Amino acid sequence: MNDLSASSRITYGAVPVQPAVVRRIRGLSDKALAWLFITPTMVLLLAINIFPLVWTIYLSFTNYRANRANAPVKWLGIDWYQTILTDPDIWAAMQVTAHFVFWTVVIETVLGFGLAFLIDKKFRGHGVWTTIILLPMMLSPAVVGNFWTFLYQPQIGLFNYVVAFLTGRPASSFQMLGDVTLSPWAIVIVDAWMWTPYVMLICLAGLRSIPDYIYEAAEVDRASKWRQFWSITLPMALPFIMLAVLFRGIENFKMFDMVNLLTGGGPGSTTEVASITLKRAAFESWRTGYSSAFAIILFVTVFGLANIYVKALNRVKSR
Amino acid sequence: MSIANTAHSVVEPLPGTRRLAGSLVVLYAVITMIPLVWIVLTSFKSPDDAISYPPKVVFTPSLEGFCNLFTTRSRQTPEFIRTLGPPQGLCDEIARGRNMVVAGPSNYVPRFVNSLIIAFGSTVLAVALGTLSAYGFSRFRVPLKDDLLFFILSTRMMPPIAVAIPIYLMYRAIGLSDTRLGMILLYTSVNVSLAVWLLKGFIDEIPREYEEAAMIDGYTRFQAFVKVVLPQATTGIAATAIFCLIFAWNEYAFAVLLTSGNAQTAPPFIPIIIGEGGQDWPAVAAGTTLFLVPIVVFTVLLRKHLLRGITFGAVRK
Repeated sequence: MNDLSASSRITYGAVPVQPAVVRRIRGLSDKALAWLFITPTMVLLLAINIFPLVWTIYLSFTNYRANRANAPVKWLGIDWYQTILTDPDIWAAMQVTAHFVFWTVVIETVLGFGLAFLIDKKFRGHGVWTTIILLPMMLSPAVVGNFWTFLYQPQIGLFNYVVAFLTGRPASSFQMLGDVTLSPWAIVIVDAWMWTPYVMLICLAGLRSIPDYIYEAAEVDRASKWRQFWSITLPMALPFIMLAVLFRGIENFKMFDMVNLLTGGGPGSTTEVASITLKRAAFESWRTGYSSAFAIILFVTVFGLANIYVKALNRVKSR
Repeated sequence: MSIANTAHSVVEPLPGTRRLAGSLVVLYAVITMIPLVWIVLTSFKSPDDAISYPPKVVFTPSLEGFCNLFTTRSRQTPEFIRTLGPPQGLCDEIARGRNMVVAGPSNYVPRFVNSLIIAFGSTVLAVALGTLSAYGFSRFRVPLKDDLLFFILSTRMMPPIAVAIPIYLMYRAIGLSDTRLGMILLYTSVNVSLAVWLLKGFIDEIPREYEEAAMIDGYTRFQAFVKVVLPQATTGIAATAIFCLIFAWNEYAFAVLLTSGNAQTAPPFIPIIIGEGGQDWPAVAAGTTLFLVPIVVFTVLLRKHLLRGITFGAVRK
């Protein structure tokens, strides 16, 4: 590269260039090249994302069952959509999902922003500690879910032991994963453990994007630290916080792997988030048409909510 | 003059604040590391130590977990074991201590190899496709560019289970069920959206003047792309590749629904390592530890680019 730019500088004026011809040939090849470069990706996405999506939409109007592939397929119209939207079990699953998404996002945002705020004080060794804190979010959610089931074991688990040690209650007196009231919180704890660093990292970028001179000006105006935090730090970091909330919200709305391994939706259906309901319908009771309709409803929900949210985010950004 | 001085020093946190912030962060880091350290410790425990109460922090290290991870064993009578020759290696010796003999290798190594093949295969494909498209989107006037880019991103909003339903049917129809090729294509399609978005950011940062200078020297556009842009984008391509690798390595939902034996990767396999009488926790912990080591290495390598990767290039620092 260095050789090339050096040589190009030397020969820059020496090469005879015929602008019109060159532009025409390049113009042509550029356009061809653009399509040549972009088409393979588009073909792959069409084959593996769009075609299946269209197929799902079609299936959602039929009574097709994947385990009875040869049975005659009947057109049902919007029956499944009506069934799903009036099904109390589906609404229960949506409530479980809402509880999970709401609390994980709140806890991760508060903890993540707090951590970012502290790390931004640039104490000695903050780089190393930041990298250590980031580790959980890089791990496989399935493997994480699985080893947390070990930590949550009522007799032998480390989590129960620590809680017992701190509160004095016997470690076998509560089951994080087997108890109807505790299990929704058990999955929130693991998700918060895993994803707080994610929010922290984005918030940290937000805090570092605030130029020093604004704080200097505030100091000159004798604004208190408290006032500086509410009038400078928080508003200026807000677009970043909102971005983190968006990504966590979408991801946790789709949550499957970690919860599937921690509780599998149980006990009963107290931790049955939407993706687990979907998996049960699609791959256990093989109601393909029904689950396709539910999948489309979920997709439209995520897509719609994300779009509304992005509009709000852009408004905050442009302020 | 003096105002400028104080103003500058005031923006810097006081030493006391700094120390307090530092100790709180260290406290969080230590607490958050406990589960991970615990898993690594458990992988070196004997089964009895692993399930003792209160949990043991000090214990005699044992390789039984790793042995159980890599082998299958069968229970035999002591009389039968006495008739056998000397134990074949350490694992056989440990197994015989429990009245068992090593019957053969477990499925962990094939699953791990599947993980490697599928992760690397899909990463190479996704990065290759992603680099080309990113360059196309970065440098050329493409009709409906923003719509296409948003479309690429929106493929990530589908819940994986929702994608898995038609993929399952499609793969069954064309014979890609439970094949490595099928999984590679699927992971490529998921990763390519990340690759395009990240790499477009990296390529946008390379000044166009470099290629233009090369083209004035007589390079074609394609040559300029290969000889000028690609070398400049190496760091970005490497960072993107690691992100793709991590995703494919960690993926579970597709793997558990679409593979059963042949192409199964490690994440769906590790949780079902069962010993006699329930889960064999030291073996599970050993499998987890080995599985996590590459990720820890990659995280340290990637730390400068993490932010970009996890936000699809939306935040660049």
